[in-house]
Amino acid sequence: MSGDSILAVDHLSMRFGGIVAVNDLSFGAGRRKITALIGPNGAGKTTVFNCVTGFYKPTAGTMRLVHDDAAIRLERLKDFRISKQARIARTFQNIRLFPGMTALENLMVAQHNVLMRASGLTFLGLIGAPSWRAAEKRAIDLARRWLDRVGLLERADDAAGNLPYGDQRRLEIARAMCTEPALLCLDEPAAGLNARESAALSELLFSIRADHGTSILLIEHDMSVVMEVSDHIVVMDYGVKIAEGSPRDIRDDPKVIAAYLGADEEEAIAVMGSAT
Amino acid sequence: MTALAPEPTPASRLPGAAFIFKKALISALVALVLFSLMIGIRTEAGPTGQLIYWTRFGDLAAMVAIVFGGSIVVELLRQWWGPVGTTRLIPPSVKSTLAVSRRGVAPVLLVFTFLVPVIFYDQRYILDLGILVLTYVMLGWGLNVVVGLAGLLDLGYVAFYAVGAYSYALLATNFGWSFWVCLPLAGILAAFWGVLLGFPVLRLRGDYLAIVTLAFGEIIRLVIINWQSLTGGPNGVSGIPRPTLFGIPLTAGENGLAARLGIEFSPTQRIVFLFYLILALALLTNWVTIRLRRLPIGRAWEALREDEVACRALGINTTTTKLTAFATGAMFGGLAGAFFATRQGFISPESFTFQESALVLAIVVLGGMGSQLGVALAALTMIGGFELFRGLDQYRMLVFGVAMVLLMIWRPRGLIGHRAPTVFLRHSHAISSDLVKEGHG
Amino acid sequence: MDYFAQQLINGIVLGSIYGLIAIGYTMVYGIVGMINFAHGDIFMIGGFIALISFLILVSIGLTVVPVILLIVLLVSMAITALYGWTVERIAYRPLRHSFRLAPMLSAIGMSFVLSNYSQVAQGARVKPVPPIITGGYTLFERNGFVVRLSNVQILVVVATIVLLAIFTWLVARTRLGRDMRACEQDQTMAALLGVDVDRTISMTFVIGAALAAVAGMMYLLYYGLVDFFMGFVAGIKAFTAAVLGGIGSLPGAMLGGLAIGLIETLWSAYFSVEYKDVAAFSILIVVLIFLPTGLLGRPEVEKV
Repeated sequence: MSGDSILAVDHLSMRFGGIVAVNDLSFGAGRRKITALIGPNGAGKTTVFNCVTGFYKPTAGTMRLVHDDAAIRLERLKDFRISKQARIARTFQNIRLFPGMTALENLMVAQHNVLMRASGLTFLGLIGAPSWRAAEKRAIDLARRWLDRVGLLERADDAAGNLPYGDQRRLEIARAMCTEPALLCLDEPAAGLNARESAALSELLFSIRADHGTSILLIEHDMSVVMEVSDHIVVMDYGVKIAEGSPRDIRDDPKVIAAYLGADEEEAIAVMGSAT
Repeated sequence: MTALAPEPTPASRLPGAAFIFKKALISALVALVLFSLMIGIRTEAGPTGQLIYWTRFGDLAAMVAIVFGGSIVVELLRQWWGPVGTTRLIPPSVKSTLAVSRRGVAPVLLVFTFLVPVIFYDQRYILDLGILVLTYVMLGWGLNVVVGLAGLLDLGYVAFYAVGAYSYALLATNFGWSFWVCLPLAGILAAFWGVLLGFPVLRLRGDYLAIVTLAFGEIIRLVIINWQSLTGGPNGVSGIPRPTLFGIPLTAGENGLAARLGIEFSPTQRIVFLFYLILALALLTNWVTIRLRRLPIGRAWEALREDEVACRALGINTTTTKLTAFATGAMFGGLAGAFFATRQGFISPESFTFQESALVLAIVVLGGMGSQLGVALAALTMIGGFELFRGLDQYRMLVFGVAMVLLMIWRPRGLIGHRAPTVFLRHSHAISSDLVKEGHG
Repeated sequence: MDYFAQQLINGIVLGSIYGLIAIGYTMVYGIVGMINFAHGDIFMIGGFIALISFLILVSIGLTVVPVILLIVLLVSMAITALYGWTVERIAYRPLRHSFRLAPMLSAIGMSFVLSNYSQVAQGARVKPVPPIITGGYTLFERNGFVVRLSNVQILVVVATIVLLAIFTWLVARTRLGRDMRACEQDQTMAALLGVDVDRTISMTFVIGAALAAVAGMMYLLYYGLVDFFMGFVAGIKAFTAAVLGGIGSLPGAMLGGLAIGLIETLWSAYFSVEYKDVAAFSILIVVLIFLPTGLLGRPEVEKV
């Protein structure tokens, strides 16, 4: 792991009963970089995510979030604390918005911890103290800015469950960004998006990296998005890392091609040889 | 699915008739078997202690006939109205009128409630009924925090009601503390129990959470019944003092309020006082709930109901969120319990059965979970309906059970079919309850 | 020691009754994922049907006890099974695709309907019956304390074992059992493969109700009375048994039932009778908190 990694995963393993979902995985996500985690279905990518974001407790290995010269050991933290203390935010493969709440409300919930402190554990809020009112206004402004950023300002007061699919995906990203994270983990953000929407997503990811200095770790199957946005790619198959490197390296790596095609490495080399 | 089912023409009604008849016949046959022994034969412990019985074939025939006829009616209705759940075409003008009038319902209802003691001053029955309704409205609003907002299925709410009632009763009869001192204490004690109950059930979901809370409620009731030295057991606690208006009792004596104000004493005055007291408590519950909904804690409750996993991913401590929901709901239940104790002057474990929890839960669900107005209207409907059956206790619960089943089949999301957002940029669009999750605990 | 032995026997008998009821809970939860709150009241209805059947048979002059028992068994199983079927058809099937709260509230409503229906139909007072099966065996006697095994107790345990064997065979070997297991795993897929899901679910309720009817009849023979409220408490205890043994597991339900029966009997004998129900409810809470999948269940991993 060269360079400045914000996330350092060392020898991570995850076992479910007899099944080994992740086996001795080590990689790093660069600070202010976009790192992609790719691989065929069932490779264990979402499992890695769940370990990093605290939903699974890993069987073995460490995950360190390096931030402001302090390293936080993620495997020791409970799920909500990872978001709160380590400042890692995530989106989900199957979109987990709050469907019965408006887009704006979704973004307000994301700022829960900040607002709880400002409301003096609710009591200042109950009496309507001015400090609370100011904090609430700031939160609404932040939400408004992000809604504008993802192009959903017009739909701020619509129920999240009513939004079209592409809008829901973007709203989920906006919601994650409202927690002001240092590391943003996106689980298949381009799933189900058409070409235009995918391009807009790439733009969004670039601007997030540029304007906020947020590091991004994403799982993705859409290779065009992956190749376009990633600074660094980690490839998994059957729970182990089979390749790691820049997009160019990965594109030409026969092991990766073999994994995706479900073929042998030799066959892949042969196919590649005949193609070029 | 927006159109009405086409009205059956005489030609198309004919095959329908045979189908309906067959269905009704089957229903009647099933009813015959089901009722044959239970209704057809009536057993009773005879004069010498052994069991005797007599036949009631007339009743049996009547019940089967009712099932037969009812089955036909239901089938006809189903053909006319379409299957359960199809939306019917309501002209937009009617819809908007309804929407406007809906906004006016709450204030009108509130004003009317304030004026009830004035309008019905000498009708003791109506005032008592009003107090009963308001008590259940408060209980409904309290449980609404747990079930409606946070989506935590609590089937043991009556436990907090009991804690509040017994707290006041025992503190007042043993230490002579006044109602106004005991009231907040009852709330705090109940909230404490709410946290205690909340801790073990944090990881439970849905049905399991429901049955554990039910078990807790039953345990509390059984402990109350059996811990005779503390609670008086099945005999309950009697001689609970009535509340005073800042120390001035509402009695006929010289130091009574009536004498102080220079007006003639009448027992109705105490009833009116109690009425406004419960109204104040209920409005307090309502005000606190509405404000909490707009604060981060209330929003966290609703988010918890919508998607707990997403909450955790956003850094929300779901443990404390659930515990505060339990504690807040419990607190209101406790306050209502203290009021109940002082109103009756006597409490016993019989008032705190699972049926009470089920009744309050039915009120919350009927009201359209999360809606304050809905819960109030539901309480009015249910308790008012119960009153119609006064004196026919067994039929009352029977009808209640049937009503619950029908309610779930026909309108599981309750009377009020939408949720109002707590913050908005431009317009507050009511969110249809189809989108709102009901929570899994 | 002898006192303990007697309590052990009593506990096993009571546990068998709970186990029969628990099977109904576990099968229904396994296949449709809901707690059938009305199941305890089905048990109570079974007891009432048995009571009334006994009364009629005795009063028309039948005296051969085994014949009476057989007829009552079949009649109460059949009619109670029909009750179970009707409840599922009316209160649960329309709500199968509704949201999660609906079937449970409907079940609670149905529970009220059944218990109050019995109360209205038969009067609120407890119905006593004279002992129909008498006699038993003295196992041993020491220090003046007699350990008895009554004929009723033998009957209950034997009936339970026979029924358990029949239904285990049913689930493991017959087409219906296979369909049930398929629906338990994945209803949609089962339907796509030609399983009549509606019928399978109905049969699950029917079988559960039939077993509960047997439990009701056994309860009547053993305790000599039925009352309209016995379903509520027995229901919670039987559900505790089902959870203790691991929801979805048939042998687990029986094991759990025996455990609850033993715990309740021993607690009443050695600690206090008044708080025996509290003990049973507390077990439910403890099990669900620390052993959410029960003794024989499978651990669940949360999918994110």
